[in-house]
Amino acid sequence: MANTQQLTNLTTQVRRDILRMVHKVNSGHPGGSLGCAEFFVSLYNDIMDRKEDFDMDGIGEDLFFLSNGHISPVYYSVLARSGYFPVEELNTFRLINSRLQGHPTTHEKLPGVRIASGSLGQGMSVALGAAQAKKLNNCKHIVYSLHGDGELQEGQNWEAIMYASGNKVDNIIATIDLNGQQIDGSTDDVLPMGSLRNKFEAFGWVVIDIPEGNNIEAILKGMAEAKEQTGKGKPVCVLLKTVMGNGVDFMMHTHAWHGKAPNDEQLAIGLDQNPETLGDY
Amino acid sequence: MKTYTNTGNKDTRSGFGAGLTQLGKTNKNVVALCADLIGSLKMDDFKKNHPERFYQVGIAEANMIGLAAGMTIGGKIPFTGTFANFSTGRVYDQIRQSVAYSDKNVKICASHAGLTLGEDGATHQILEDIGLMKMLPGMTVINPCDYNQTKAATLAIAEHHGPVYLRFGRPKVANFTIENQKFEIGKALHLINGTDVTIVATGHLVWEALEAAKALNEKGISAEVINIHTIKPLDTKAIIDSVTKTKCIVTAEEHNHLGGLGESVSRVLSQHKPTPQEFIATNDTFGESGTPAQLMEKYGLNANAIVNACEKVIKRK
Repeated sequence: MANTQQLTNLTTQVRRDILRMVHKVNSGHPGGSLGCAEFFVSLYNDIMDRKEDFDMDGIGEDLFFLSNGHISPVYYSVLARSGYFPVEELNTFRLINSRLQGHPTTHEKLPGVRIASGSLGQGMSVALGAAQAKKLNNCKHIVYSLHGDGELQEGQNWEAIMYASGNKVDNIIATIDLNGQQIDGSTDDVLPMGSLRNKFEAFGWVVIDIPEGNNIEAILKGMAEAKEQTGKGKPVCVLLKTVMGNGVDFMMHTHAWHGKAPNDEQLAIGLDQNPETLGDY
Repeated sequence: MKTYTNTGNKDTRSGFGAGLTQLGKTNKNVVALCADLIGSLKMDDFKKNHPERFYQVGIAEANMIGLAAGMTIGGKIPFTGTFANFSTGRVYDQIRQSVAYSDKNVKICASHAGLTLGEDGATHQILEDIGLMKMLPGMTVINPCDYNQTKAATLAIAEHHGPVYLRFGRPKVANFTIENQKFEIGKALHLINGTDVTIVATGHLVWEALEAAKALNEKGISAEVINIHTIKPLDTKAIIDSVTKTKCIVTAEEHNHLGGLGESVSRVLSQHKPTPQEFIATNDTFGESGTPAQLMEKYGLNANAIVNACEKVIKRK
């Protein structure tokens, strides 16, 4: 448990990590990563009850599954800064022979990662499976997952969403990163999805809104509310409204930085806007 | 020549069901998932005996594969059940990323493989599944030949850590291997020793290979018959040793010649022991409606076809 100022400082450092990681290899996905920095920091440092050491089965602790694996920079940064592996290893992001693959994988045995993701739409099913295993194991902990809003265009999600309520999987909190952007433009331009609240509710889920998804206090409050709703016979969805590229002014509110790295000059500006707090890797 | 007795026709899918029933009693970590085909997959007993470990997922195979991958996290050993077509082609990317690439201990159990589900036709038949599955790094691919062997394979894969594709079928076919046999993944079984030609067969074609060997014997041709129940990893030594003696080979499978057992054998032989080979397999085609026997005759997947292929390949030595 950390106070809000500590979490804010950590978030700033995570933003620096994200920018430096993608800049170094001139590839990766900074936009969605920056948008979810507060969420990841809050999740790993406050919300989740997790063990110090990593083991795959994760019995006796909360689990997290990242379904939209392309935001690996924020995931890696927060995992490293939560003690799963040395922060220096962030230097190897997307390089040959690295455990920090472009998209997260268990294949290279990176501690903290329990499933490969990148091909979209699969994480909801996996998280639900892990939640069912927790029930069989009489483990009272919760399974958290994160999904992009554009990712919900993949049909497998809706198979999973229907399954979850039909089978009363009430130990899951699936968060949707509602940044309204995807590669080709805004989600409304690419494929309008209507009201996600209405859709999830129609599928039998409890829906919690976090309208300020880049505000740590709002995240903590909303996720606490979501946790209250677990164990009551229904799966829980959090609609986390975020700003893509948050914290770097020229990257905000646009899909342009979905999968594009900053150049030297842009990196300098981004880092200037996010002064070092805990020390760069 | 060694002969084998059919103790009564049985479907291989029922061998799977019997194995799963036994696993339910002996291994508490085994869980089963099914996509609305409990009766077809013979999962009824497991469901009845262990409702808390049985998951009906509905007609949603992609979700089923993901759920199974997730359930391994927490130590479960999930067995998924649906038709071979919906177990592979329909969910290839889910298997690729969430199971194979993620190194998950999921057992993908697939019935109605090949042509022999019969009348439903090509939408429900699949002749590409061995190829699809063997191409996935880390995937074990098993196609047992009869009821007893399918039951034994079902028990064995629960003890093997890693993703497995277990392929079986719907028709009642000869049951001729011994009851309660030990099943060793990746170990070919010599059924008949011979000197003139090697026949390596998998699945339903193994019995046809035995029938072919009998017919060849009457013609004075000595055929060696090997049951390749595990297509990956392939028992390369058994194949190389056999052709060192016979100098020619026929492969037999209820699958497309592209991507099947025959190609795996060719690769091994071209590297280590170039040998004339003939393929009993479908020729880059979809199936169609018909009775299993009609289909196997039309597509050249029976004992007669194997006999002809053997005579042809012997001439190529």
